Amino acid sequence: MAATEQTIKQVNTLGNSDYKYGFSTEVDEIRPPKGLNEEIIKFISAQKDEPEWMLEWRLNAFKVFNKLPKPQWAKLNIPEIDYQDCYYYSIPKSLKDKPKSLDEIDPEILKTYEKLGIPLKEQKMLSGIAVDAVFDSVSVATTYKKQLSDLGIVFCSISEAVKTHPELVKKYLGSVIPVSDHSFAALNSAVFTDGSFIYIPEGVRCPVELSTYFRINAMNTGQFERTLIIADKDSYVSYLEGCTAPMRDENQLHAANVELVALDNAEIKYSTVQNWYPGDKEGKGGIYNFVTKRGACRGKNSKISWTQVETGSAITWKYPSCILQGDNSKGEFYSVAITNNMQQADTGTKMIHIGKNTSSKIISKGISAGKANNTYRGLVNILSKAKNARNFTQCDSLLIGNQCGAHTVPYIESSNSDSMVEHEATTSKINEDQLFYCQQRGLNSEDAVGLIVNGFCKEVLQHLPMEFAVEAQKLVAISLEGSVG
Amino acid sequence: MLEIKNLHVSIEEKKIIKGLDLSINKGEVHALMGPNGSGKSTLSYVLSGKDKYEINDGTIDYNGKNLLELDVDERANEGLFLAFQYPMEIPGVQTSFFLKTAINSKRKYLGQSEMDALEFAKLMKSKAEELNISTEMLKRDLNVNYSGGEKKKQEILQMSMLSPKMAILDETDSGLDIDALRIVSEGVNKLRNSDNSFLVITHYQRLLNYIKPDFVHIIADGKIVKSGDYSLALELEEKGYEEISQTA
Repeated sequence: MAATEQTIKQVNTLGNSDYKYGFSTEVDEIRPPKGLNEEIIKFISAQKDEPEWMLEWRLNAFKVFNKLPKPQWAKLNIPEIDYQDCYYYSIPKSLKDKPKSLDEIDPEILKTYEKLGIPLKEQKMLSGIAVDAVFDSVSVATTYKKQLSDLGIVFCSISEAVKTHPELVKKYLGSVIPVSDHSFAALNSAVFTDGSFIYIPEGVRCPVELSTYFRINAMNTGQFERTLIIADKDSYVSYLEGCTAPMRDENQLHAANVELVALDNAEIKYSTVQNWYPGDKEGKGGIYNFVTKRGACRGKNSKISWTQVETGSAITWKYPSCILQGDNSKGEFYSVAITNNMQQADTGTKMIHIGKNTSSKIISKGISAGKANNTYRGLVNILSKAKNARNFTQCDSLLIGNQCGAHTVPYIESSNSDSMVEHEATTSKINEDQLFYCQQRGLNSEDAVGLIVNGFCKEVLQHLPMEFAVEAQKLVAISLEGSVG
Repeated sequence: MLEIKNLHVSIEEKKIIKGLDLSINKGEVHALMGPNGSGKSTLSYVLSGKDKYEINDGTIDYNGKNLLELDVDERANEGLFLAFQYPMEIPGVQTSFFLKTAINSKRKYLGQSEMDALEFAKLMKSKAEELNISTEMLKRDLNVNYSGGEKKKQEILQMSMLSPKMAILDETDSGLDIDALRIVSEGVNKLRNSDNSFLVITHYQRLLNYIKPDFVHIIADGKIVKSGDYSLALELEEKGYEEISQTA
């Protein structure tokens, strides 16, 4: 049998049995009724014990949301979403009064994270990585808090930050992604539940990886992550987020807003390994992943680097972007997006060059298998004041089988004459001769595909923090194969 | 080791191999010579299991197994190795990593544990040195931006690390300068022992000055038309394919 045929067959038999994070956890939940209205927003705000200004902000966002149409530009087939048929808040009862220590947390929830490979107990904590664990609408626990606060680093849930650091939240929340940006951004602003807040003070280099692990557990519940990271002058932080969800026949919504702010000489490295439940092979179930991620390089010489490995979700709609305001600031986007079976992804980036000598780099690797569709969509916009701006873009697509699609939609706008923009793009099918060569050296067809695809993605994967690069390589292989792992 | 009987092969309805018989015993080196289009490379692909070739008739026995029933990787892990005429480039995959993956695939197939990292590094270093391959090259992506000669050396490195029972060298001499030819041939000669066998496919007698075959076969139009010992290669060099084929 032809190697590719074999791969396609394996991919087809994949179904959903190999999604190893598909279990759900039995917990009693606090959940207001379905539906999206002011009452629900007030309920969320009250649950979180928020100050008045935060509630006002949410209600205003809801008004904006009601006026905005759904974004239509993506090459995605998004079924009509009934916002009234969805829960907007769900937390395990046991977490209602924020537990003071891990001993007070429902053991079922701790077990969940252990099963996911994210132990939260002190003696088992991942070394070198501080974790904020978000379960549905609430942060469960944050590790290494004490050690970080000794350095003046704030790493906590956004709900907590609203209360403990209102001046920072007020100043920066919505400053990178305006509430009115588009309807998903407005929706998130109205009903956001939890996510992480990070502040790195001036001159501090964060010594560990900070990470958030998002877990959707409750049924019919949307998750509205809100993350805000501020790197003050001369600081550095590397952040990683991971995402999984149970297998369910209904689609679930994850609409996130992530804002990054880098001041003078600061650097933020933001990595994502997105492995939400992708739905079964007929396209039933799976997460709708509508994510707005944007970073502002406000200070001179600042740098923001996005690295994403997108393997999960039924639909991915996501464009992590950089606004390069500060002179000499740098934006980077490294992306691997894998779609299999009936998955759809429309992902890419926007690099907005405003300051002088700003530079950006985009490396995108799209892999499409089964009947999936995978689109790179990107904008490089060089404004007239961005003298001497530079961009390099490379978009490579790899097709496995002949029923999938790959699309590249780059927009380039340059308003000054001394900037330089380069764009390279390739589309290829997985090469039969390469597969044959690997198999002749003893690799079975699954391992051969995994090896070649990982080679194809190498430029991106090498930008992940080392602890996660190996996991990501395995994930890349598993996403395309049937039985490995 | 290998017993091919009455093999008929076609590709897209076109008959390429038309009743080929060949028997290779343990410890023997056979050379297969023939003009372009005579079916030499097709035979190497059929033996290694490349698809698109249709086997219309005949049998191939490999160490008591029906070779045609085995998948490509099974054949490889059973000790059948093809040194490619045109080795493939695998971007993003470091050569040393590829070698390690290949070795461990075989060990897994044989029910052995993975090779220890240190043991692997030692083995690779010693084999690479024999072939005059620099460690810098082992860090590069497999075959990417390699010269023709480097690619062929790399094939022989893989062969010596996997120590196959039955190695097929498909025009390994093409594109090699005289120094590389010597190094590659020495690499092959070092591997020769009483337990393994080689099938050396070539256009030219030149290679056989370095790798002395026990038997020489001349293939024309999909059949072996003449077999003999090393002297047949010399005779061929003198008379050319046409005359030899006619007198056969």
